Amino acid sequence: MESGINNNKPVLEVSDLQTVFRTRETNIYAVNGVSFSLKPGELLGVVGESGSGKSVTMMALMKLLPMPPAQIVSGTAKLDGRDLLQLGPEELRAIRGGDIGFIFQDPMTSLNPVFTVGYQLIEPLREHLGLAKKAARARAIELLELVGIPKAAERINDYPHQFSGGMRQRVMIAIALACDPKVLIADEPTTALDVTIQAQIVELIKRLRQELGMAIVWITHDLGVVAGIADRVMVMYAGSVVERATVNELYSNPKHPYTQALLETLPSLSGERDEKLTSIGGQPPLMTAFPKACPFAPRCRYVTDRCLGENPALLPVSDGHDAACWLVAAEEREPADA
Amino acid sequence: MLEDGMASGNHAPPDKDAVLSVRNISMHFPIYKGVIRRQVGSIKALDDVSFDIKRGQTLGLVGESGCGKSTTGRVIMRLYEPTTGQVYFDGVDITALHGSELRDMRPRMQMIFQDPQACLNPRMTVGSIIAEPLEEHGRVRGAAKQARVQELLDAVGLNPKFADRYPHEFSGGQRQRIGIARALALDPDLIVCDEPIAALDVSIQAQVINLLEELQDRLGLTYLFISHDLSMVRHFADHVAVMYLGKIAELAPVDELFSSPKHPYTQALLSAVPIPDPEIEVQRERILLTGDVPGAANPPEGCRFCTRCPIAVAKCNEVMPTWRQLGRGHHVACHFAE
Repeated sequence: MESGINNNKPVLEVSDLQTVFRTRETNIYAVNGVSFSLKPGELLGVVGESGSGKSVTMMALMKLLPMPPAQIVSGTAKLDGRDLLQLGPEELRAIRGGDIGFIFQDPMTSLNPVFTVGYQLIEPLREHLGLAKKAARARAIELLELVGIPKAAERINDYPHQFSGGMRQRVMIAIALACDPKVLIADEPTTALDVTIQAQIVELIKRLRQELGMAIVWITHDLGVVAGIADRVMVMYAGSVVERATVNELYSNPKHPYTQALLETLPSLSGERDEKLTSIGGQPPLMTAFPKACPFAPRCRYVTDRCLGENPALLPVSDGHDAACWLVAAEEREPADA
Repeated sequence: MLEDGMASGNHAPPDKDAVLSVRNISMHFPIYKGVIRRQVGSIKALDDVSFDIKRGQTLGLVGESGCGKSTTGRVIMRLYEPTTGQVYFDGVDITALHGSELRDMRPRMQMIFQDPQACLNPRMTVGSIIAEPLEEHGRVRGAAKQARVQELLDAVGLNPKFADRYPHEFSGGQRQRIGIARALALDPDLIVCDEPIAALDVSIQAQVINLLEELQDRLGLTYLFISHDLSMVRHFADHVAVMYLGKIAELAPVDELFSSPKHPYTQALLSAVPIPDPEIEVQRERILLTGDVPGAANPPEGCRFCTRCPIAVAKCNEVMPTWRQLGRGHHVACHFAE
């Protein structure tokens, strides 16, 4: 939004990404034409329920999915103009952990239990930046201090199990940040943590973002976390993007019925208590075929015949806000409706 | 809920209106080490926990992982033998019961578990899962049993025809409904819900909570609702107990606890919960706790919270705060809470 220098050129641009898991019995259409862009220094929140394709999208663009069964059917994912999906394994290795850092949900399973934290931190520094042992070690201690681990110089020789959950996630963040990535992809980084620890990690990411200025993709199912940290939000449902907007716009003026319903189901922490929670009936679809109708139609309260026959593309609502719903198109035609 | 002046260590008689009265329960798990497996210490999972739940009400038990929420639930169900203390169920001390006497009490208290995948036997049909408690306690046979199973499936909003299917054919939310049907089979008075919605998606959580509420209204059930989701507890519970490191820090009627929390831990916990509204999030002042929860093997001698408390003084490290009453039904264990 701000007219910064070079600010409008996206660092990561994904368009029409489609991923299918082909198994013997069925095909699962996990990601169906996802497009988004990420500007330098921007934090994009990706919200959706489990199975909505949030993680698969990010894994696919880094080619981190096991292929087969996964297959990237179409799409491009351009990092500074280079299409990641066309790169060979060697080139990708240089980008993973270098230009793009990853933080996963479970800090226990994503750290290797048989190596010290220091070893796991020094490895990318030597591999990607070609630092000498001593320099890498000094940089590793610096990184641990940066993410707020007390007595970093001593703890660098500890193993992952000697850290608590929150501290392990800090180590993961340190590893992801080791090579000064342009893009940091955080896949549910606080889901496995307690709320007080989650608050610490969120504050840490906010601070690091200001200090280091990288772009972040923050995947979560928690609309509360996103509200506090994101610049823009992308809502996913059944492998498709259903709505994209700036954070204030999305929460104050949600256009897609799924986003609206999602916001309504959350009980609030203050004010009057509702007699009954608003719930979304039914279940997410199975995604065994490419969607020909709106995937949310069976659970939508505004469903029309058109929704069942034709899948809406993302339709513009206002500047920087679009939603994949026929209602948006209808509203445009008769603006008095609002 | 708690009688006036029922300080820690005071053996107040069980409340007459209460279905469940927990008095001063402690649960210490021994730690064995070395070749001869000598006991070298113990994990103090619960320390002097007391509370009551009145008939037809819900007590929310909140706290971070490892604070003893689930242990409390398991002690109440007598899945664990408490080290000290009593659990009165309808005036009867169930910690003193054995053999057939205890078995006769069992049908009256049931449990719903967190992971609906793990708590259902994959080799049993849904019908036989729900019928198992009926068979075990010899309530009904033959056609009456089948009729009861159908009735239960219908009560939790599942199609009675599903009785012949297997758990894997159901989604997470549906599986949780099966777990609820099983818990209801023997017409219990008390249901311990151990994180029943933690493994479910946001849109499904509301469905399950609404079902639990509806069943409570209809059947007069009493719930112990264990959860780390504070906004859901606020919606669901009548009273809330906040646990920290094996002790209850604060216990109050739900509106009171959320509108004027007295214990610094409760205050920090509430301020850490993200609110799904970016405008509120921007202005919010967070009480950010430093550090992690100390280990339960070696908890602080004084107040359990003293290592992370923003207002702790020397006294807090040495003297354990007494359990004081501050208002109607509002109890707190802090030297400074007013």
